[in-house]
Amino acid sequence: MKRIIALVLVLVLTLAVVGCGGKDKDSSIKVGLLGCITGDYAQYGVAVFNGAKLYINKVNAEGGINGKKIELIEYDDKGDSTEAVNAFTRMVDNDGITALIGSVLSGASIAVVGEAYPIGMPVISASATAAAFTYNEETDTVYSNAFRVCFIDPFQGEKMAQFAAEKLDAKTAAVIYETGNDYAVGLKDAFVKECAEQGITVVADEGYSKGDKDFRSQLTNIAAKEPDVVFSPNYYEDDGMIVTQARQVGVTATFLGGDGWARVTEYASAADLEGSYYCSSYAASSTDAIKEFEAEYAEAYNGEAPSMFAALGYDAAVVLVDALKAAEAKKLKAGTDDYKAAVIDAMKNTSSVGVTSKYSFDEFNNPIKDAVIIKVENGNEVFAQMF
Amino acid sequence: MSVLSTVVSQFINGLQSGSVYALIALGYSMVYGIIMLLNFAHGDIIMVGAYLVWITMSILGLPPAVGIIAAIVGCALLGVFIEKIAYTPLRKSPRLSLLITAIGVSFFLQNVAQLIMGAGSKTMPTIVSGPNVRLGSVNLSFVAIVTIVVALVSMAVLTILVQKTKMGKAMRAVSEDMGAAQLMGISVNKTISFTFAIGSALAGIGAVLYSCAYPQASPTMGGMLGLKAFVAAVLGGIGSIPGAMIGGFAIGVLEAFVSAVGLSVWKEGVVFAILILVLLIKPTGIMGREIKEKV
Repeated sequence: MKRIIALVLVLVLTLAVVGCGGKDKDSSIKVGLLGCITGDYAQYGVAVFNGAKLYINKVNAEGGINGKKIELIEYDDKGDSTEAVNAFTRMVDNDGITALIGSVLSGASIAVVGEAYPIGMPVISASATAAAFTYNEETDTVYSNAFRVCFIDPFQGEKMAQFAAEKLDAKTAAVIYETGNDYAVGLKDAFVKECAEQGITVVADEGYSKGDKDFRSQLTNIAAKEPDVVFSPNYYEDDGMIVTQARQVGVTATFLGGDGWARVTEYASAADLEGSYYCSSYAASSTDAIKEFEAEYAEAYNGEAPSMFAALGYDAAVVLVDALKAAEAKKLKAGTDDYKAAVIDAMKNTSSVGVTSKYSFDEFNNPIKDAVIIKVENGNEVFAQMF
Repeated sequence: MSVLSTVVSQFINGLQSGSVYALIALGYSMVYGIIMLLNFAHGDIIMVGAYLVWITMSILGLPPAVGIIAAIVGCALLGVFIEKIAYTPLRKSPRLSLLITAIGVSFFLQNVAQLIMGAGSKTMPTIVSGPNVRLGSVNLSFVAIVTIVVALVSMAVLTILVQKTKMGKAMRAVSEDMGAAQLMGISVNKTISFTFAIGSALAGIGAVLYSCAYPQASPTMGGMLGLKAFVAAVLGGIGSIPGAMIGGFAIGVLEAFVSAVGLSVWKEGVVFAILILVLLIKPTGIMGREIKEKV
């Protein structure tokens, strides 16, 4: 019996030694991949993982970076902040990662960034939309190590103001929004601010409260000012009702909206909606880059069609890999603090081109990227252009 | 657009929503006038009417005329049915029991609708459509004109019905003194059912007009609508037919102007403040009669 135990112990120890020795630390770059691949939001996490892995595998198949393969260390945080922090600690202490792609949900991502910032770990999230992921409002600090490839809500307001000025040649605009709804107020504030920059005069600023069905009084005020465009950054049910009533009280302006407009065609008539625009972050089969991505994704994952999250996962990997290349070019050693700093620096100054857009980052490490502009034509929501 | 034309436009907006409030307020007032019941299920009858329009037009694909008839007839039948099932057995009970039963019916209708139709809102098809009319610099929407005209015609017909016909005379008699009316050979049961049918048919018309202006039907849409119409009925003087009309239009116009000056968030607050003020200052409302205690 003793002999058997001794034999087993010897075997285990030998294996452990072989396991360590088998991997040369310099031959691979370890990147963590963190997100909820089980639980309620698993479909987001799985899509991000699939997208990121698709690109990393492609890079490895083409010989890796500088002859080194990228080794992905995957952990599931189940969408839970505590799990995310635990997984991140394990990745840093046990696996020795050099950078992290993750997490998927805003809450978990914010928790992770709290741990990653003090140790200077580069973090890029595909889908954390909360502003607090890259910027702590209380202490007024930007988390210089954290980046995201999805755009935050107010960015849509900015985009639509630029679109109105450049593409629609608008000189005057009106806004109607749900007061007390963070999403609507955020978009509206950003729109109004950008209008001032673009030389658009905001002639009417009308609010309504949650659950209102009657917008005719506010819309009559808007009609009286005869604006070129009306920005309605609300959710589709309200937007549909607003557009219908606006046409009744004589508003002829072009309507603009944010991604809350998706499916608006089910809530107002084709004639009333005709010619309205809204922005979104992803439209299937819209550009050549996306079509190519869809084909690659389908091949890798049993013919499945990628979602927005998969495309953003892919883009996060693209931005990170470009930054790793920059660090490798400086002949730094993966895992060291200098290497991480170089990766962060390279991401900050990135000009990577992903499937959804070309990327650069603003002072809060939020992406400056193209939005998808959707136009309503004959009752259909169709891709108009990238802007 | 000048300030004046904006004011005129806002006034028309107010008349449009006021028309719907007035039609519903009539139902409240008539039922209260005849059996002293605040029929809180009345708002939910509108919701049923809206769904009837949706089912006939969107599911069965029938023309708008059929949808309108379905809503009016359906609501009238539903009103009579509720009266027979829920209120007739309680006619001799204290009025509080009736009131609570009405609230129960209201919840019942809302939850049945939620069960059958789902909690989300359904988009109504276009019932009437036509070009907007321009009067000088004032823009009049086709739907607004139709709504106001239909409401006024309905009210005129109702007034003739109550004042000139035999059934109307019976309604007034039962409302005045149920016992005496019965002694004079008036069928009280028939008259009360008829009142419910007419009140609910008006709610059906209200449902159609409401759906034209706000093309979404949801299980809880009748709640706030019913409460506002109730305030309109109280403001006009509950039990009084012209009072309900005046009250409805007044509430609609008031709401429009409150929203127009940028206080839309306070819209409902203002409506209910009116209710409190009326009850404090003149509980009988604008057109209400002083009720003398019978000795």
